[in-house]
Amino acid sequence: MSDHDQGSAGSPGSPGSGPGVDTSGLFGVSVDCVEAVHELYSYLDGELTEVRREEIRVHLDWCGPCGGAAQFEEDLRRVIANRCKDRVPQSLIDRVAAAISDESKQDDARN
Amino acid sequence: MADQATFTDVAMEFMPSLYSAALRMTRNPADAEDLVQETYLKAYRSFASFQEGTNLRAWLYRILTNTYINSYRAAQRRPDLSDVEDVEDLYLYKRLAGSGGSDPGRSAEDEALDRFTDDDVKSALEALPENFRMAVLLADVEGFSYKEISEITDVPIGTVMSRIHRGRRALQKALHDVAEARGLVGSVPGG
Repeated sequence: MSDHDQGSAGSPGSPGSGPGVDTSGLFGVSVDCVEAVHELYSYLDGELTEVRREEIRVHLDWCGPCGGAAQFEEDLRRVIANRCKDRVPQSLIDRVAAAISDESKQDDARN
Repeated sequence: MADQATFTDVAMEFMPSLYSAALRMTRNPADAEDLVQETYLKAYRSFASFQEGTNLRAWLYRILTNTYINSYRAAQRRPDLSDVEDVEDLYLYKRLAGSGGSDPGRSAEDEALDRFTDDDVKSALEALPENFRMAVLLADVEGFSYKEISEITDVPIGTVMSRIHRGRRALQKALHDVAEARGLVGSVPGG
């Protein structure tokens, strides 16, 4: 993993490289940027334990670069979901309805 | 025997998302239509075994996925099971943030996201190897949990998680490649 020359902005996930607030004294919680980024997907997916989720949330609230990255990942996911929609051809709707109707008639004929 | 009216009432509303998923799986409209039709017929035939109160949408996706794997993937020249390259965390964010937005009220990375078209995102997703494509599709487009995806695809939950995470990073790289090819990011005029 390489450092990126992004000007003066802090780089999320890179320890000591940005103005990220050290949250290690807060509420007895200790999550650094590397951990927060590493667990970001599990956090956004709601797949962490409640305790861990809260620890990551506190870090993201306090650390600007990581919070910005988390917001971006959420936005990106919404873009991906919204951009992957397709219009169902009416012919397919009709085909499926007809196929089920045929199947149903066969069922009736057997009974 | 399933009650046709009941089945139609509860199952047909999922066709748009099933059809989109089928398109991403088969990458071919004719196959996607056949896959959706086959899925609905199988679902209708086994509707009696569907447990009311459980997740109908997940059940339909399980049938869709199994049908795709058994019938359509086998027909492809080469089962596309290859690996993805390792891509670093926050690949896209690190490259888009500070890439020079035009609207001072919005961040550069938000503006860049808006410039992706449907085709950009679909082709980047469809370029992922199958295992990763399915995992990302089910998680990010369809919104299923890791556990649901594990049940839909018959893959252990740890493997599901790994495929989602690695697939997302690979997707970010593919999106960045698309953006670069279209000149959406990269060189900043005037330095």
